[in-house]
Amino acid sequence: MRSMMKASVAALAMAVASQSFAESHALSGDLKIFLDTSNPAPRATMEAMIADFAEMHPDLNIETTVIDREAYKTQIRNFLTADSPDVATWYAANRMKPYVDAGLFEDVSDLWMEPEIAENLASTKGAMTIDGKQWGVPYTYYQWGIYYRKDIYEELGLSEPSNWDEMKSNCQAIVDSGRACYTIGTKFLWTAGGWFDYLNLRTNGFDHHMSLAAGEIKWTDDSVRQTFANWRELIDMGAFVENHQNYSWQEALPFMVNGDAAAYLMGNFAVAPLREAGLTDDQLDFYQFPVINPDVALAEDAPTDTFHIPANASNKEAAREFLRYVVSADVQTEINNGSNLGQLPVNAAASVDDDKFLNQGFEMLSSNSPGGVAQFFDRDYPAEMAAEAMQGLQEFMVFPDNLDDILARLDKVQERVYK
Amino acid sequence: MSSTARPETHRAPRGWYKRNEIAVTPWLFLAPAILFFAVYVIIPIFQSISISFYDWDGLGEATWVGMDNYVELMDDRAFEVSLWNNMKWLVFYLLAIPGGLFIALFLNQTVTGIRLYKSLFFFPFVISQVVVGLVFSWFYLPNEGLLSAMLGWFGVESVNVLGDPTWATYGIIAAGLWPQTAYCMILYLTGLNAVDPEQVEAARLDGAKGWRMLWYVIIPQLKPATFIAFVVTIIGALRSFDLISIMTNGGPFGQTRVLSFYMFEKALSEYGFRMGYGAAIAVVLFLIMLVFIAYFLFSMWREEQGR
Repeated sequence: MRSMMKASVAALAMAVASQSFAESHALSGDLKIFLDTSNPAPRATMEAMIADFAEMHPDLNIETTVIDREAYKTQIRNFLTADSPDVATWYAANRMKPYVDAGLFEDVSDLWMEPEIAENLASTKGAMTIDGKQWGVPYTYYQWGIYYRKDIYEELGLSEPSNWDEMKSNCQAIVDSGRACYTIGTKFLWTAGGWFDYLNLRTNGFDHHMSLAAGEIKWTDDSVRQTFANWRELIDMGAFVENHQNYSWQEALPFMVNGDAAAYLMGNFAVAPLREAGLTDDQLDFYQFPVINPDVALAEDAPTDTFHIPANASNKEAAREFLRYVVSADVQTEINNGSNLGQLPVNAAASVDDDKFLNQGFEMLSSNSPGGVAQFFDRDYPAEMAAEAMQGLQEFMVFPDNLDDILARLDKVQERVYK
Repeated sequence: MSSTARPETHRAPRGWYKRNEIAVTPWLFLAPAILFFAVYVIIPIFQSISISFYDWDGLGEATWVGMDNYVELMDDRAFEVSLWNNMKWLVFYLLAIPGGLFIALFLNQTVTGIRLYKSLFFFPFVISQVVVGLVFSWFYLPNEGLLSAMLGWFGVESVNVLGDPTWATYGIIAAGLWPQTAYCMILYLTGLNAVDPEQVEAARLDGAKGWRMLWYVIIPQLKPATFIAFVVTIIGALRSFDLISIMTNGGPFGQTRVLSFYMFEKALSEYGFRMGYGAAIAVVLFLIMLVFIAYFLFSMWREEQGR
């Protein structure tokens, strides 16, 4: 009784307080939110967004916990089973599968039924779907592609390549000038996954890539070998910086800043540190990964970060409201703008901030990626397969002659993982 | 007062505790330690062993697979590499003992400021392993690193120690030896204080000096210190996790993993969802440790018998 009274009083207060939010049902109780956005800028963005949400629901006691992004990846298992928050961040596609299979994420298909979300978030629905149900909502995504030093390209009289031959001839010219074509740091392996994603998407196409992810194609298959053959051409040319197995992706940035390497295949999050290191927008530019096999449609990597409701959450009503709020057009426009996350909004009705790279990325993903949009190697492939494969990819980049051995090993892992 | 009422008994009947005091008290004092040791050490060992017979992702249902995890281990090349690396650690880490002994002998003299030199030598043991790992990974950097500059003086081409699968493990062990040598040194320095000066004097009268003095007179007296140094070094070698995690993260392509790191990767890391398999690796590591633990316990027991 008391709580009902309290709720209705709260509802009344709400209605008086904000007419603009008249339709809202009054939310009360606690809302525990766990975030992995531990970098300074995303953290401030999220905290500001949650503060706005709290202002709209004064009776809701919101408790936010920000966990270090890397530590979060291992802690999520513990807190989903033991001390569950009401809302938690995570990643789309196969990366959420272990938790979906274990029944730890709430089915939020009902939210996706609502016209507001169904219409505006259609493009990411696939990435949130497992077994025909949706298990969360996206809040941001970003493009991958080649970020390059425009001034170096101009100095050597090169232009953005549009096909494989141009890509290679550009690279030859860059190598001849005493630089590496691409910087990369493979110490933490996933960067090599990015290269494999693109080479395989361009050589064999999106459907092949996803069949490989689903274990329907063997790693020793000739089509996969062709991808590695293309990759090897670049390696043998000396396209990549030496000793990349020693560096993290951040440690590989200085090569590009100092002009020892001309380009970087990376996600859009690389732009911020490159700008901070002193590269201006005149020096830095972006192009889509060139066509290798003209018979396959272009497809891109665009990793999506997501919000989920754990199955053991205690305030699911408030959590659902929070998810609705996060994906709404205004919030999407706000949190993804250049001064906040600096990424792409997931809501079609939101607007993309006026930033050179965001605009190029948005255009590429919305009009020049007919083949499909992949998440990323370690999000599309099952965790164990991804871990073994990325290690093999790193080995291949250092010792390309070991390829047969690597592929045979991956076949063995594949047999076990997908049984 | 009651005793006067019943003269046939010498004393009042005592309580159960009073009667068994001598037998019970030690157990009472031991109880907290036994409880915590059981809960945090003994029971988890048996839990690990039982998990190693299951296929379990740590989230859902566990399925019984019997010895499958162990069968797979036999055939797992990454496991073989980790096992060999563990052996390398065990063997080469022991270099810390002679290293520590010689530094201790060198520092065991009375010179002004010797305390300062001793503290400087002991310094690497005080700083965190993570810092040691970072410092050494900068030292080893292929082009900018100090090592490649030093090799440059001798006209040797720079080597990428941590990026080369054949050298990386040795590179990490060398980094680990730096603090471990300091640790052994401090053990020997205390040991040297306990060396009997009369025996040294007597040996000197008999004409012993140099190596013979060290080998036949000093080292036997340092036996307790050597034993402790051996124990901590072996345990340190088997626990080598932080340096690997910081310096190479198990790479390049898994060539610097040891069993503890491989177990972590398989069961607990970002992509690790195989609790059963990880537990099986842990059991193997436990068996290796058991050999040493048994040896340590045996020598301690023998020591007690000898007294």
